[in-house]
Amino acid sequence: MRNSTWRAGAVAAALVTAIAACGGDPATTEGTASGGGGDTIKVGLLHSLSGTMAISEVTVRDAELLAIEEINKAGGVLGKQLEPVVEDGASDWPTFAEKANKLIAQDKVATVFGGWTSASRKAMLPVFEKRKALLWYPVQYEGLESSPYIFYTGATTNQQIIPGLDYLKEQGKKKIFLVGSDYVFPRTANKIIKAYAAANGMEILGEEYTPLGHTEYSTLTNKVVQAKPDAVFNTLNGDSNVAFFKQLKSAGVTAESMPVLSVSVAEEEVTGIGVDNIVGHPVAWNYYQTTETAANTKFVEAFKAKYGATKVTSDPMEAGYNAVYLWAEAAKKAGTVEVEALKKAAGGIALERPEGLVTIDGETQHMYKTARIGIIQPDGLIKEVWNSGEPIKPDPYLKTYPWAGGLAS
Amino acid sequence: MTAVLEKPTRQLTPKEPRQWKGPAVFVAVAIIALVVMPLVLEPFRLGLLAKYLCYAIVALGIGLAWGQGGMLTLGQGVFFGLGGYAMGMYLKLNDAGGDLPDFMVWSGVEDLPALWAPFGNPVFALAMVVVVPLVVAVLLGTLVFRQRVRGAYFAILTQALAAAMVILLVGQQGLTGGTNGLTNFFDFFGNDVAAESTQRGLYLTVAIVLGVLYLAAWQLVRSRFGRLLLAVRDGEDRVRFLGYNPATVKTITFAISAVMAGIAGALFVPVVGIISPALLGVVPSLELVVAVAVGGRFALAGAVLGAVVMGYAKTYFSEELPDAWLYLQGALFILVMTLAPKGIVGVATALRARVRKEASA
Repeated sequence: MRNSTWRAGAVAAALVTAIAACGGDPATTEGTASGGGGDTIKVGLLHSLSGTMAISEVTVRDAELLAIEEINKAGGVLGKQLEPVVEDGASDWPTFAEKANKLIAQDKVATVFGGWTSASRKAMLPVFEKRKALLWYPVQYEGLESSPYIFYTGATTNQQIIPGLDYLKEQGKKKIFLVGSDYVFPRTANKIIKAYAAANGMEILGEEYTPLGHTEYSTLTNKVVQAKPDAVFNTLNGDSNVAFFKQLKSAGVTAESMPVLSVSVAEEEVTGIGVDNIVGHPVAWNYYQTTETAANTKFVEAFKAKYGATKVTSDPMEAGYNAVYLWAEAAKKAGTVEVEALKKAAGGIALERPEGLVTIDGETQHMYKTARIGIIQPDGLIKEVWNSGEPIKPDPYLKTYPWAGGLAS
Repeated sequence: MTAVLEKPTRQLTPKEPRQWKGPAVFVAVAIIALVVMPLVLEPFRLGLLAKYLCYAIVALGIGLAWGQGGMLTLGQGVFFGLGGYAMGMYLKLNDAGGDLPDFMVWSGVEDLPALWAPFGNPVFALAMVVVVPLVVAVLLGTLVFRQRVRGAYFAILTQALAAAMVILLVGQQGLTGGTNGLTNFFDFFGNDVAAESTQRGLYLTVAIVLGVLYLAAWQLVRSRFGRLLLAVRDGEDRVRFLGYNPATVKTITFAISAVMAGIAGALFVPVVGIISPALLGVVPSLELVVAVAVGGRFALAGAVLGAVVMGYAKTYFSEELPDAWLYLQGALFILVMTLAPKGIVGVATALRARVRKEASA
């Protein structure tokens, strides 16, 4: 105890400094430029920059920052520069709610672009609804939601899952095995897949879930192989895909003998899984780095120029990038960034984006999007082999599908 | 692990003569918490402070079980979660007003599960906040302590329990909301849960509950039972030879700490607006133990202080440096643990001793 006095002093000094620094914080952030006033417009970017989701979400944050930079170079929004306020959701759903509150209440941002997992969106939803603030959510998800304070720039189920099933049906795959991570997206997706299968003469041979982050797939692979399905519908998320595809390959499964259609594996993930393990398997999205549009050439070039030539672009990144442009367009149309006016103006806005024409559906606040099925190539990129021909009207509650009657009750 | 093995400072000697000092500090802190903070802080910051105080309640329990009783519990998240889910289930049913809670609809559940039905009654739900953690802790304690499981084995066991709890909650999506947990609450006993007045009331409630539990824990530590608890921590076998049953002493203490965590969980739900498996797994349970270590585990005040300091540091660092805040949080822990193994309170005690020594010299 005696010789620890000097240490005591050091710690006390460190703490005092820290507390003093903390104390000064609210004063500096308060009273600066808020949503509409001032010389800049603050917008919030809220993604996981740490934790298990960081690897995916950081790329979306980067794409959003690129969009903000481009818009600022072109003169900003309503004559004002955009000022991003970045927060870390830390792969932890309550943190997303806390940071959303902070962005709205303290930074007074005009809008927030953020989230990836459904759980993070569900945690943020009450914050945005109660504070009447706006969230732009950039990832494909399980549908059955349409919050008046969220714009969904990723696909809902009828723009990804159902086209994926249509593709498998066209390919003559009748016996399907379902593999997914244990959370709301895979479970809801599989509920929809089962209803679709029942109505389309397809057979579901099995439905297996593993916890998020699970990496031991020998038992599950055996089950799948023994069931002898024509195809596997894969809703695994994150690291699990690495283990699953490796195990499948060592069990002798090839893309020809048993294609595995994934809905959460994009360009970014292919690198992590290892191209050798997944080459030839199909994926379902609305955008690939290889999608041939003028806007995409520009997007890919700009992204590589800013973040490095080895970087890839993926569907959620593109959806995040779009979100910023769509919001800016709505603000221009409304003549203000005020939430209610902007929401009213947003319906019907149509922009040529990297994925093709994207139109905001004012009623559901989802986007019209073109569904695209792609095959993973040996170079790690994804080549489109099928698309829906035109942008599909979003139908988050699957009201236009008779077989889906009991799902959204 | 050296911190765990370190000899405690608190000894079985008579109380210090100047007894007015402790109560005076307590009253000063209470005035700051109940009067100054609500006036000074904006509603959003006050809400965050309420959250830290919820964690401080759990930390108080850990301080009791670990600091005083030597039981390193790495699974307090389990009890926090039990309390939180009991409250969350009531709020969810109350909001649904006779219908199914929203997440059950999208999880494909058609009838309200039997487990849920009684939680529609607020009295039952509030009782369960205390009863469930109590029963689980007493059962676990009885089994474990009687078998003389202690030290690292007890720590590992509680940690495994936290991991198992998460898997259970995530797996039973229709029953528990899975990874999403329970969120989107509207009504809290007749008040709009998001309203500023409700949040201020909740903050005051949390602060008062923490104060009351702190006084109770303090009394407990000073009582004969508290002396016995210290004796068990420092020499379990000797206590047994003296004719006491250490298992009972430990079980009671563990149960008290579990109940504290349960109450904290129940208060946390309306304050933060969500309860999910991410809040009660291994990592958050460890974070709380770290907070107690930083504050100083041998004093109850240290546990509370540690939880508030670490909670504040997490918010502050992550807002200032969203890309690198985890390093700072880690550095803070390492700094405190290497320079002051007995935590912030240990430092304060050392400084006071130094001052006293100089004054008398």
